[in-house]
Amino acid sequence: MPAVSIQGASKAFKLHHRQYHTLKERALHPFQARTYDLLQAVDNVSVDIAQGEFFGIIGRNGSGKSTLLKCLAGIYDIDAGKMDVRGRLSPFIELGVGFNVDLTARDNVILNAIVLGLTRKEAKARFDSIIAFAELEDFLDMRLKNYSSGMSVRLAFAVAIQVDADVLLIDEVLAVGDASFQQKCFDEFQRLKKQGRTILFVTHDMGAIQRFCDRAMLLDKGRMVSIGDPADVAHRYNALNFGRTVHELSDERSEDDRRSDQRDADITDAWFEDAAGGRIASIDHRQPIAVGVEVRFNAALEDPSFGVTIRNNAGATVFATTTEWAIGPTGRFAAGELVTVRLRLENWFTPASYTVTPSIARAGMGSDTIDLRADLATIIVHGGRFTTGVVDLPHEFEITRR
Amino acid sequence: MSIPEQAEGKRYSPSAFGDDLRRFVSLTYTLASTDFKLTYFNSILGYFWSLMRPLLFFGVLYFVFTDIFHVGTDVPNYSVELLLGIILWTFFLQATTGSVQAMLSREGLLRKMRFPRLVVPLAITLTALFQLTTNLIPIFVLALIRGIAPTWSWLELIPVVVLLAILAAGIGMLLSVLYIRARDIQPIWDVLSQLLFYASPIIYPVYYYNHHTLNYYGPHCVFNSLSDTVLNTVTGKVCATSSVPVGNNLHLHFIGHFLMTNPIAALIAQARHALVGGGEGVNPSAAFALGGWEFALIPLGIILAVFALGVVVFHHEAPRISENL
Repeated sequence: MPAVSIQGASKAFKLHHRQYHTLKERALHPFQARTYDLLQAVDNVSVDIAQGEFFGIIGRNGSGKSTLLKCLAGIYDIDAGKMDVRGRLSPFIELGVGFNVDLTARDNVILNAIVLGLTRKEAKARFDSIIAFAELEDFLDMRLKNYSSGMSVRLAFAVAIQVDADVLLIDEVLAVGDASFQQKCFDEFQRLKKQGRTILFVTHDMGAIQRFCDRAMLLDKGRMVSIGDPADVAHRYNALNFGRTVHELSDERSEDDRRSDQRDADITDAWFEDAAGGRIASIDHRQPIAVGVEVRFNAALEDPSFGVTIRNNAGATVFATTTEWAIGPTGRFAAGELVTVRLRLENWFTPASYTVTPSIARAGMGSDTIDLRADLATIIVHGGRFTTGVVDLPHEFEITRR
Repeated sequence: MSIPEQAEGKRYSPSAFGDDLRRFVSLTYTLASTDFKLTYFNSILGYFWSLMRPLLFFGVLYFVFTDIFHVGTDVPNYSVELLLGIILWTFFLQATTGSVQAMLSREGLLRKMRFPRLVVPLAITLTALFQLTTNLIPIFVLALIRGIAPTWSWLELIPVVVLLAILAAGIGMLLSVLYIRARDIQPIWDVLSQLLFYASPIIYPVYYYNHHTLNYYGPHCVFNSLSDTVLNTVTGKVCATSSVPVGNNLHLHFIGHFLMTNPIAALIAQARHALVGGGEGVNPSAAFALGGWEFALIPLGIILAVFALGVVVFHHEAPRISENL
């Protein structure tokens, strides 16, 4: 029996052309037509999520992911369809749980744990592990208004994750905290998953989707466009996002059509590795790293250009290169060939999480992209100094007195 | 995709009551007690101020109505009656006015978590109830100072407070969801509650319903009409302090009976009857002032009807609260 069942769920919002907020306005304009546009935020979505599944929901901004999550969390009512959640549910939506800034961390944790369905006794029993997870032992009796935004989000996330819910709804967790806290969150996800908890996870990070999720769903304009293997769904997402560059996917063909005629080359995998060649999810600052990209050629190609873009968790491109710039022609590849492209680089990144977006393009100015997978792999850099820069380059000061 | 059987007809929507009574109670209590703690312990003077507010209001009214308008002077134990009226009214006002913007102040919770929505206004009433219990202490102190001996009838205050809380909770539910639809509920309730304040025997005793509604231009000081009183004072006409009813000879006219159907009037009358006493003529019970036990069912019915209406309207609005906020 599924842990979460959604059948034909639809949710629309009325966007009134003129919204009356007071009785006075209504009395003064009794005959004004109450016209509105209907925004179909979630449109006939059906999915069953099994117990213990780590399920990713992706989509562009405004595609209805968060609305769907809010309906599931019992915050919004759906207009049509059915939803059911088996067991206790813990949502982490809009970066947090409902904290009261005038209360101390202690009171807020207890209050929120009770709202999430624990008894007072259970809430008190969980209290220590929540605070330990948030790493806020020294700030227990400080009022939330004096917390930094990062601290309160960490606390909120700790509450959501530590209340022993059967189903977790997590919206955009990667915006939370520094790199080491993010890694901790993912470790916690894995632990919960092993315990048979079900996790629904909304994110823009395709690397995380592919690393953690068993299955993923892509929403576009409220409709479910794609569901299944996270790599495939992430690929569809990139097609939506980078539709103009990946020309093959830009037209509106059905999924079956698209699958029958293949691209000339597919990026099948990407990862970070350390100097020894082992795949890694995190590394210390200044330890050299390499990016590996696996490409399968479906047609013979002459001098394709391989590109690698590294972005930080704020989405800014930190580094980008292509073989075209670095080495020029790459040679001839036959259909059916499977190659690994490896890019070694010095790791001057400051502590944060970074993603790699590999791409392959035809020879030329790189405009004719064959395949591109945004944020396919993620690495967390730790250690080093927290500077305000995105990189900490090797440098030397010299002070000359005249 | 298989359709699980238990999902049949079930919609996982936000509701007024939720499906777990224990959680509902625990959550209401937690929200109320944290709010209570915030007002009382947040600042050093927290308790002091929340106690001082009704007491200062009492002090001002007591001074104005005994020393300037000589209203209270003909009422035995006017100070106790005034304080009792003010503190019960403060509770009612705090619970209802606090409910108006309750949803807005709980927006953080409402937009992020699933929990029975009705908890929000009920917690406001419960917080006010906590404050009422501490505010009752000065009443008992004053009553003892004035030489009123404690009697078993003081226990009647419990059902009076319970009924007042039910009324306040009912109005609170209505106000909290109506405010989401119409933001001018706030000033409207401000005016309506003022009206209710003066229409209820809070700063005057029940039997004032008689003279001042019927003998508007009679020999007595016209309490409800301050302008007349000021005029009388200026022109040198001294307000008569006569006609304190003695014994059981209070006889309210029809309008008096009618005004007593106001639940606040009935409850405050009953509270004074229980605490201060002094015979049906001075502090009539609600039933006596209404003209019989059977008529006491009218304010009782209004209380229950308002509460039921509150529950129905709230239940209807509950699923859409977080998106309409």
